[in-house]
Amino acid sequence: MRPFSFRRPGSPEEAVAMVEPMGVAGQGGAFHAGGTTVIDLMKLHVLHPPSLTDLGDVLERGIEETGDGTLRVGAGTTMAEAAEHPAFLRAPVLSEALWKAASAQLRNVATLGGNLLQRTRCPYFRDNVSACNKREPGSGCAAKDGINRLLAVLGTSEECIANYPGDWANALILFDAVLETRSGEGGREIAFDDLHVLPGEDPARETILGDDELITAIRLTVPDWAGRSVYTKVRDRDSYAFALTSAAVALDLDGETVREARLAIGGAATVPWRAREVEDWLQGQTLTEDVAVEAGRRAFEGAQGWGENDFKIPLGRDTVARGLMEAKAMTPETNSGDSQ
Amino acid sequence: MTGRIGAAVSRIEGRKKVMGEARYAADFAVPNPLYAHLVTSTIGRGTITAIDDADARAVPGVRDIYSHANPLGLTPDGMMSTGGHAQQGWEPFDAPDVRFYGETIAMVVADDILAAREAAKRLRFTYSEETPAPVFGAEGVEPEELPDDALSSGDIEAAMQAAAQTLDLDYDTAANTHNAMELFATTAQWSGEDLTVYVPSQWVEGFRVGIANELGIAPERVHVVSPYVGGGFGGKGSVFTFTPMVAAASKRLNRPVKLYVTREQGFTTASFRAETQQSIRLGAGADGRLTGFEHTGRELSSRTDTYVVNGAEAAARMYHADAVRTGVTCVHADRQTPGFMRAPAETPYFFALESAVDELARRLEMDPVELRRTNDIDAEPVNGVPYTSRSLMECYDMAGEAFGWSDYDPAVGSMRDGDWLVGWGCATAAYPTQMAPCSVRVHLDRTGRARVMVASHDLGTGAYTVIAQAAAEGLGLEVDRVDVELGDSRLPPGTIAGGSVSTASNVSVVQIACERIMQRLGTTPGEIDVEAAFNAFGQAAIEEYAEWTPRGSQKNARRGLYRGQVGIVGGAEEEYTAFAFGAEYAEVRINRWTREIRVPRLYGAFAAGRIMNEKTATSQYLGGMVWGLGHALQEKTEIDPRTGAVMNDNISEYIVPVNADIVDIRAMMVPEEDTLVNPAGVKGIGEIGIVGTAAAIANAVYHATGIRVRHVPIRVEDLIETG
Repeated sequence: MRPFSFRRPGSPEEAVAMVEPMGVAGQGGAFHAGGTTVIDLMKLHVLHPPSLTDLGDVLERGIEETGDGTLRVGAGTTMAEAAEHPAFLRAPVLSEALWKAASAQLRNVATLGGNLLQRTRCPYFRDNVSACNKREPGSGCAAKDGINRLLAVLGTSEECIANYPGDWANALILFDAVLETRSGEGGREIAFDDLHVLPGEDPARETILGDDELITAIRLTVPDWAGRSVYTKVRDRDSYAFALTSAAVALDLDGETVREARLAIGGAATVPWRAREVEDWLQGQTLTEDVAVEAGRRAFEGAQGWGENDFKIPLGRDTVARGLMEAKAMTPETNSGDSQ
Repeated sequence: MTGRIGAAVSRIEGRKKVMGEARYAADFAVPNPLYAHLVTSTIGRGTITAIDDADARAVPGVRDIYSHANPLGLTPDGMMSTGGHAQQGWEPFDAPDVRFYGETIAMVVADDILAAREAAKRLRFTYSEETPAPVFGAEGVEPEELPDDALSSGDIEAAMQAAAQTLDLDYDTAANTHNAMELFATTAQWSGEDLTVYVPSQWVEGFRVGIANELGIAPERVHVVSPYVGGGFGGKGSVFTFTPMVAAASKRLNRPVKLYVTREQGFTTASFRAETQQSIRLGAGADGRLTGFEHTGRELSSRTDTYVVNGAEAAARMYHADAVRTGVTCVHADRQTPGFMRAPAETPYFFALESAVDELARRLEMDPVELRRTNDIDAEPVNGVPYTSRSLMECYDMAGEAFGWSDYDPAVGSMRDGDWLVGWGCATAAYPTQMAPCSVRVHLDRTGRARVMVASHDLGTGAYTVIAQAAAEGLGLEVDRVDVELGDSRLPPGTIAGGSVSTASNVSVVQIACERIMQRLGTTPGEIDVEAAFNAFGQAAIEEYAEWTPRGSQKNARRGLYRGQVGIVGGAEEEYTAFAFGAEYAEVRINRWTREIRVPRLYGAFAAGRIMNEKTATSQYLGGMVWGLGHALQEKTEIDPRTGAVMNDNISEYIVPVNADIVDIRAMMVPEEDTLVNPAGVKGIGEIGIVGTAAAIANAVYHATGIRVRHVPIRVEDLIETG
């Protein structure tokens, strides 16, 4: 690891004033919260910011309920704290997406603000050797013809197929979330849907955050009916593994008829991926197994496999179908902590 | 506290480990050390044309940088198969060649670890790159048939022609990496011409001689210390390339040198379990009796070394067959040299064998257990050599009863439970009973305290404990009156901790030493009154040094014991065939939508002669089965076929089982007395647990889904139609 300075600001204002950029355009400021991604990548020499600005004394921690279904989540809240919070347990997709992620040790330190900005696990990004447009713009993409079993089939470009590896963002995106941020230019609000940008021709740029911009809080609105929600995560082992594919589902049903559906896909896309067209299509449908299968098919229209990860397309379809059928089968009063 | 042979004694070193008092190789403090860091190649084949080290040498604290341009003057010792002790047949830095991706091409030594790593990062290599052939099927791999490793008896073609049913099937197994929790490390400290090396080792005696040979000094000058090993799995059985390098650098710099090998470097700087491609032909009568058995393997190795495990030799001894043929081909590729990993031969080859037997049972519409009963034997079929003992079907019956196999409905998909497809499968496990020469010193004093000293090893297996139990039994003491010293090359030479030889060999030699002590004291373990015995004897302490060589050893085996020769014998010998056996049953549940495979139940029963300690034995079996589950469903070292780079060189993406994957797992023990294998009546148990698991799971996957996956790991995508 290269020498770097570690800065400990006392307020968000101080933090954004002293933070230095990560070093590659569009990769934001070198903030340190839980440290579970940034330290890892610094040890691999993939990131080498001159300093880290620590957010330990800066970020709000905890979840406020404002009464109308709106939650305000301090960006410093840990994954473990949030997973157990009653407001999240009432919308199981929010809780499940947290406790099905990482390991207990990681969840104890990783923060929700940082979690949203989790970097890809693409091995060609992390090896610090291969061609990678995200790490070294213009160098190419070694993953397209390489070991890409874990990488994306949705939202890819010829320049990058790195997947967004996180889980919770796929649940959050269901709930019209707004990010409160702060930078040298003051505060602003960002619709969470707009935070991540597709790789396109500039995969180094992952979000719209400025180089000194800090996520301070996350607001989301959870409808009453979100008790019928599920995070279906398919992975190579039953704990501590990234999603091969996942589906975040929330359903408002009238009998078997869909009043409203919300659906997002994880593991298989380059960014947190809400499938709004499928949601619209589901509205008014009687949710039979055939409808669930068709929803899965629609969710992966336009998906492109890259060889090893071709299976993620049929698997992703089935993950969506399974998630819908599991959400349908729920009895929202008794749904929390279901583990299959 | 009681605790003689067989008792479920808790590990005697357990408290030390829990309290952090057990010192592993890297824990030993040496005065004023320097720190080394390895640098590995980032191409898969080629030549280093230039090294720019100006930036690296400018890092404050850097003492020296070694590479082919500044080599360490080491001499190759050779691999175990050629009488040496090393993990590969050549020394790093012997040429500017790059033979594989991740090869050690430089080593930086600096005042502290951060400086060493920073300098390593600043080294610039210019390569003349060639296209590597790192995997099966790549253009440029070189197959080498090994006719001396082939078996043949009877007329295989005639047997196949006469068979009512024949199967001709291909199976593949993936590359695996050890990933022991304890990382590789070496600390070297010289005192004049005498060298002490702290290194995690499964063979301190072999390391002592091997390190000396590579350094070109007398083995008497080398002292290897490795009292605790944080997981070996075969990966710490041969001398690492970097260990003599650290010793040589320490000599040159006149300071102790410490090296930690990072997790990612451990994937290419040490050994691994190579991928295999296997073919099996089975011929059987309508009654299920096997007429012909043919099993051939292709195994990946390095460009430079011939290393094969050739598990077809053991597979051919499992069942009746009128004719047998086996063969093995070593496929040389641009990769590091593979090496031992738990049940090196049996794990991949029994996946193929036991999958094929299951396929035959399907073809014959026979119960798979009954098919194995039909082909059960008293003598192996190649040369007709009798088994010392064989309790295979007793294992099937014991584990089958616990599992509830009598409820098995063979119809594919017949056991569905809601959204979950349920399948059951079973498979045979076996491992040759092997031993090696070993020696021991046993010391008993008039207070009734004993000390057992042997350069053997405890990799977390329970060796300390079972050796204490053997001495307690032989001296008539409680086990807590026995101290055991292991893992130090200054102790009487012991065996390698490999091939499941340790317990059988150690217990056999401890018995001899204890018997002699009892004779000299004029008493027996059953009658001993220590104080009276010593008063009569006229001394306050007594000590015996004993040697033991197993039946079938070479004439000079006793001498070889003191020269770092491995001396393993057993398994298929001239007079007897000696194997431990087991049967494993697996239940899988596969989600009908998303096809992930979970294993709610895994039951095994094993017969392995005398069990020294029910508790540590159970742990050994269970550990093997857990790994077998990982081998079946998870573990795969992902090699980029274009470069040979390992693309999952971390324990996040190199998937092994976690607690959540292991639900109801049971190991049972079939009582077995075998007076022929060795004086202790002990068959090794360290490796057999893993052997049948992968096939049992694969067979269960077929039962659940009707999909026959003929490779491991079996992953979600194998059960999904793409397109």
